[in-house]
Amino acid sequence: MRFDTPAGTNPIDQLKVVGRATSRIDGKFKTTGTAPYAYERHDVVPNQAYGFVVGAAIAKGRISAMNVEDAKAAPGVLAVVSTLDYAKPLPLGKMNIAHLFGGADVAHYHQAIAVVIAETFEQARAAASLIRTDYARSPGKFDLAREAADAPIAPASDKTKLPIDKVGDFAGAFAAAPVKLDQTYMTPDESHAMMEPHASIAAWDGDKLTVWTSNQMIHWSKGSLATTLSIPEEKVRVDSPYIGGGFGGKLFIRSDVVLAALGAKAARRPVKIALTRPLMMNNTTHRPATIQHIRMGATRDGRLTAIAHSSTSGNLPDGKPETAVEQTKLLYAAANRETYMKLATLDLPEGNAMRAPGEAPGLMVLEMAMDEMAEKLGVDPVEFRILNDTQVDPEKPGRPFSQRHLVECLRTGAEKFGWSKRHATPGRVREGRYLIGMGMAAGIRNNQLTKSAARIKLERDGRLTVETDMTDIGTGTYTILAQTAAEMMGVPLDRIDVKLGDSDFPASSGSGGQWGANNSTAGLYAACVKLRAAVARQLGFIEADVQFADGKVTAGGRSVDLRDAARGGPIVAEDGIEYGTLDKQYQQSTFAGHFVEVAVDGYTGETRIRRMLAVCDAGRILNPKTARSQVIGAMTMGAGAALVEELAVDKRFGFFVNHDLASYEVPVHADIPHQEVIFLDYPDDKSSPMKAKGVGELGLCGVGAAIANAIYNATGVRVRDYPITLDKYLEKLPEMS
Amino acid sequence: MKAFTYARAKSAAEAAAAVAQTPGAKFLAGGTNLLDLMKLQIETPTHLVDVQDLGFDKIEATPEGGLRIGALVRNTALASDPRVRRDYGVLTRAIVAGASGQLRNKATTAGNLLQRTRCPYFYDTNQPCNKRQPGSGCAAIGGYSRQLGVVGTSDACIATYPGDMAVAMRVLDAQVETVDPAGARRSIPIADFHRLWGDTPQVETNLKRGELITAVTLPRPLGGKHIYQKVRDRASYAFALVSVAAVIQPDGSGRVAFGGVAPKPWRVETAEAAMPQGAKAVTTQVFAVARPTNDNRFKLLLAERTLAAVIAEARA
Repeated sequence: MRFDTPAGTNPIDQLKVVGRATSRIDGKFKTTGTAPYAYERHDVVPNQAYGFVVGAAIAKGRISAMNVEDAKAAPGVLAVVSTLDYAKPLPLGKMNIAHLFGGADVAHYHQAIAVVIAETFEQARAAASLIRTDYARSPGKFDLAREAADAPIAPASDKTKLPIDKVGDFAGAFAAAPVKLDQTYMTPDESHAMMEPHASIAAWDGDKLTVWTSNQMIHWSKGSLATTLSIPEEKVRVDSPYIGGGFGGKLFIRSDVVLAALGAKAARRPVKIALTRPLMMNNTTHRPATIQHIRMGATRDGRLTAIAHSSTSGNLPDGKPETAVEQTKLLYAAANRETYMKLATLDLPEGNAMRAPGEAPGLMVLEMAMDEMAEKLGVDPVEFRILNDTQVDPEKPGRPFSQRHLVECLRTGAEKFGWSKRHATPGRVREGRYLIGMGMAAGIRNNQLTKSAARIKLERDGRLTVETDMTDIGTGTYTILAQTAAEMMGVPLDRIDVKLGDSDFPASSGSGGQWGANNSTAGLYAACVKLRAAVARQLGFIEADVQFADGKVTAGGRSVDLRDAARGGPIVAEDGIEYGTLDKQYQQSTFAGHFVEVAVDGYTGETRIRRMLAVCDAGRILNPKTARSQVIGAMTMGAGAALVEELAVDKRFGFFVNHDLASYEVPVHADIPHQEVIFLDYPDDKSSPMKAKGVGELGLCGVGAAIANAIYNATGVRVRDYPITLDKYLEKLPEMS
Repeated sequence: MKAFTYARAKSAAEAAAAVAQTPGAKFLAGGTNLLDLMKLQIETPTHLVDVQDLGFDKIEATPEGGLRIGALVRNTALASDPRVRRDYGVLTRAIVAGASGQLRNKATTAGNLLQRTRCPYFYDTNQPCNKRQPGSGCAAIGGYSRQLGVVGTSDACIATYPGDMAVAMRVLDAQVETVDPAGARRSIPIADFHRLWGDTPQVETNLKRGELITAVTLPRPLGGKHIYQKVRDRASYAFALVSVAAVIQPDGSGRVAFGGVAPKPWRVETAEAAMPQGAKAVTTQVFAVARPTNDNRFKLLLAERTLAAVIAEARA
């Protein structure tokens, strides 16, 4: 199905099942331990052996010698595969920057250099410690601040644009502006830190490879694995029905799946591997640190006339920049604009996508700058944003937003949160030893349209089975797909079976970039339209308008049980959604207003969040319950980014030092207070037949700045270097006694 | 984890003898720290002597009016004991500020005293560490040291003792009771239990090889207000940036020890005379010999401000 004109009325608009708060249909499996994750799939293939991955002990250089003989001779060991078994690195899969295995060169710390396969996990781990490796170290570049000055300007992520994206005359308008801001900000490297590590089981059947893994993008990863292993794509099957979090860390294949495949070949046994927590931080990917520079000019009455945003990040050679300026192209009106990115070469582990890549650190900075600018102008931060709202793409004024209710997000949020009680002068509200502050920020995250296919089968017993390689990374995909099929076919939810994550199923959008919900349900919508036609045909309906409701198919005064259509055998329909140019004609984005109250201990400087509210404008909300879970999870991640999360770089040895969950702190329950989410729920007919948009990353977009702005409002101390830990402002706090 | 042998001791003497006589042997109690370190191959014992059957799990009144806490009393049991809550509130508060409920259910009194540093370089076996591999150097010096020690450190090691319970015990003047392989018993003041790193950071306590902790005794209750304040980046389940254990009397006099700053719970008794003059007067003396890094210099001000909060709470 091609979607190239705005959606008209369709069966989804009935909202009998879609749009209702529905508990996850996989929830009972998760809570009873019957949803097996990759490492726990003991039953998929017999005789599984265990692999343990060894990471390089240096950040840059070359392996001069490796002795694996003691490891090979250790108890229980079946095979040892060394990176030196390969003359050069294995080919890169899609979006991979760092090589996953092969060759003597070390490009980053904890690069995989060997895998030990043994009968038990403990034997593999013990034997791994017997591998002796000699290195020739090379000097590396590990300090972003040092490399930033000479970093070259990066190509624009939109290839049609010049590296420096200019509109109007920024320099002139900025010089002439009566009120100006010119500030530099920093965000740190961050780790996805999802609960389930990267894990895979691999088994060969002749030249055919099956991997049971944990991956967000099945179709990409099937192709990538074939590329990396130099085998035909049709010889690879990838299966990933349950995923214990990914946040972008599982968009692409990682060393676990490659080494499980290589290890299984060497040991002639199925092999399972999970990366250890330390390897997750330095062997896989992370969100790169940024140094961002913002300049803004405004009229005295608060209208932005000029805005410039640049961001410098680092990556391995051939890596990409953290696209932290993208939202600044779209969020506020201003006639004169300039945005660009610089990219330094660093010899740290690979920087790559993490939830709301670009927008998350970009908005942490832009929305702090907006708070500073509002204060300079003497305008309320909410009103300042409303004053500079735009209903068109500021770079192409002829191109409207498909929908944009940011102003309503902000007004609703301000009212519900009690924003009017905020003291405009910082540091004025005390409750005992606590300094109290409120902060807010706007959020924007784009709605990306990408093709997605599904298959739906009407079984003889009237049940419907949905099959697509779409993934559920804890988001609620199983549930919203079931809701979509139930709505389209006019049956209750419990008559739908959803099967996901198998590369033998039709290729979907996968899960990433908050594109999964809208695109995968739209793909299933297309398959359901096809199935409805096939059912109507089978039942002899010739009418144009056939109703599917209450398990019956009705038209022209005749009503037939849906089941009757499959009496002669199951009916299968497969289709997908493909998009025309509606996303070119219209800027499609989602919006949020974030509001936060914090209490800062006036003695110790400890910041604890008291209240959080997000008001979200993200098209039709397919399932308010799972959508809310997405948003509060993202708000929690934003709290981590604002207050604690930082991969600490050892700038001498070139690695992330705090590579476990004891030292890379993410929020715990006690850090997260009452969170409230309000959805405006405006269906967007330019998005898809579902009229939905993404929401999973929107909840993170802006929340960090709202917390930062609340800390400023509480203390009067502005910290422009995330995370905002107490050591950065303690000496500026007022005397308490 | 290296392969190891395992035995359960029937008596304290047998346990002590077994560890003394077996090269590479260690005691195992709750295992909440040791087993983690073994999995990471930071600890590589060849033999474990499990002491969990030895009893030592009672909290009893002493003739002197204090309490004798068995070495195997679980942290949860110790923190929730009504006598401890009533008379030694600083100890209850310190224990519940540490770890998680699950860990406190398993962790023991003796094991808590012996928990090892959380220095990230100690935890990465690729990095030089004089504590893990004597003579290999210290990667933390000149590296990422925000969490590490500001006082009592050495040129060989800047790690901290990470615990909370021992900081409270230090302010209470607890005694650590032991038995050695020859059956001899002794009582070590908590002040002398942990060592400063000096040139031998791998030696963390003054226990002799095979010497087994059997109990910790607390002297008669001190009265006063018992406060333990732990400052950390997140609200729970994190090691202290700085912690303060204090017992403060109505006249403003009192005792104070600091955690998260040194190789051992850090208490300078002579500075306590300044308690009535306020926090700065005390911390100036307590940290007179501090040698912070640029990353952790903030701990000095944080210690002062946290003590100010504690004094204010005591007055309230």
